[in-house]
Amino acid sequence: MHNSAKPDSVGLVTPTSYHFDEALTLRSGKVLSGFDLMVETYGELNAERSNAVLICHALSGDHHAAGYHSEEDDKPGWWDSCIGPGKAIDTNKFFVVCLNNLGGCSGSTGPVSINPETGKHYGPDFPVVTVRDWVKSQVMLADRLGIDKWAAVVGGSLGGMQVLRWAISYPERLGHAVCIAAAPKLSAQNIAFNEVARHSIISDPNFHNGHYLEHGTYPKQGLMLARMVGHITYLSDSAMRAKFGTDVSDFGGNFGRDLRSGKLSFGFNVDFQVESYLRYQGERFSENFDANTYLLMTKALDYFDPSVDFDGDLSKAFENSNCKFMLMSFSTDWRFPPERSRELVEHLLDAKRHVSYLEIEADQGHDAFLLPVPRYIRAFSKYMNRIHRELNNHAS
Amino acid sequence: MRPDLAIIAKLIAPKSNVLDLGCGDGALLDYLQKEKAVTGIGLEIDADNIESCIDKGVNVIEQNLDQGLANFKDDSFDTVLLAQTIQALSKPEQLLDDMLRIGRRGIVTFPNFGNWKARSYLATRGRMPVSKFMPYEWYDTPNIHFCTVKDFDALCREKNIQVLGRTVVDSEHQGNWAMRTWPNLLGEIAIYHLSRTD
Repeated sequence: MHNSAKPDSVGLVTPTSYHFDEALTLRSGKVLSGFDLMVETYGELNAERSNAVLICHALSGDHHAAGYHSEEDDKPGWWDSCIGPGKAIDTNKFFVVCLNNLGGCSGSTGPVSINPETGKHYGPDFPVVTVRDWVKSQVMLADRLGIDKWAAVVGGSLGGMQVLRWAISYPERLGHAVCIAAAPKLSAQNIAFNEVARHSIISDPNFHNGHYLEHGTYPKQGLMLARMVGHITYLSDSAMRAKFGTDVSDFGGNFGRDLRSGKLSFGFNVDFQVESYLRYQGERFSENFDANTYLLMTKALDYFDPSVDFDGDLSKAFENSNCKFMLMSFSTDWRFPPERSRELVEHLLDAKRHVSYLEIEADQGHDAFLLPVPRYIRAFSKYMNRIHRELNNHAS
Repeated sequence: MRPDLAIIAKLIAPKSNVLDLGCGDGALLDYLQKEKAVTGIGLEIDADNIESCIDKGVNVIEQNLDQGLANFKDDSFDTVLLAQTIQALSKPEQLLDDMLRIGRRGIVTFPNFGNWKARSYLATRGRMPVSKFMPYEWYDTPNIHFCTVKDFDALCREKNIQVLGRTVVDSEHQGNWAMRTWPNLLGEIAIYHLSRTD
């Protein structure tokens, strides 16, 4: 039996592309004269159109959040651990919408799309998009789908930042904001890691100033390196020790230093398991992701700071928000550690918003938000189920 | 409704903002939200309790009281509540200061160590009291700062905290004239309604 036939899977899914003729003015001042958004939905929209949940994806995510595209697929959507019948975001209860953001490379308009003005790929000429621009386009999608108000907007990491933007800019259009492993803005260290990733792409000889597609190539080495660096920041030290250290001794293991072939090579080849793992992750990613999109996504992260319109005071930014907030962070996340979520909580309290916050003990680092960490899933389910109960209470 | 919570609920004005420190499963805030249209937030560290709060629709923040309340602004709540928790804090005095900084009014409840049962246990057996009501051995108790009604009165005087009201009850949360006469001897649970002195 294929995994798509399991009762807690949304099963086989097919994305839909929505075309928008309306022009979209971006934060940079540039205008997209029209665009496409690639969208997947799971579950059924109820008669009141009140049970819709928007999922916002993170840096390398896309519209394919749950289920399988075919019976040949061996991997489900990126958040299959949390979306499906009986799961935290229960598709028996909610109509779940996930889209590939603008600038992405999975079907929505982005650098790999054809620029109607030139007939060529946008490539590096695709305008820099921000979280605000994404949310603007998501509002247009909500209008198209006939959803006046999301029961909840949900996301982790960069997805959580989109959730915050929704709460600040479109307060009347969501009931709950579920923001996981996010931050009010990036720290210098966060930006530094992004810069290393960008620099590795840009300095790849195959980058051709972003016009690599016209040259029939792509900056594979640069993308690989970018992903390898990124991947280290998604994992924790303890997660890596556990993943790459089977040799458990009285001293608490070997610090994840498992060898690949049992002996040292005394050369610069792969000696340790962690090295081959990173190379594999980098390679697989470089074959499936567009370099210009990676550059855009990291810039969107760097630029995110909703306090800029409020004299740097994030509490003021939240004062207009109407929704209830649920924030969660993970103990070993050092990309967006619990302190960053606590900052958000403090601003929300200052703004007298309804807020709940959980700090989940988890070894997996930033990646934990994608994984079935039991306490996280239980609390997440309880919160989502409560949202659903509230919908029913209002209806009755 | 637990009887101690019912007594506390009477001290809270309708539609006020309440911060519940150590809110447990959220029963009190749930009651206050439904019956008194109170807006509330609870702080809690126990995972099961936190989930119960979420389930009830009670706002809950996972936060250890021993790490302080610096994330709460002055005068941001009407009433700050500390029920059956002060004896387990590492710095109860500091927390009391924080409570009345964040809210004008405070409600504190604690088990009265001056109760005759505790006194006679210690006097006759010469050992730290262990009872159904205080079930821990001295070496593994979360309760590290027991006090008596007289002790708490003295602290309030010393800190110039105004006591708006004091109720003592037994472990069934019943009070009577004798308890009102000899609160420190007969009361098992003390409930204080406090106010900042301007």
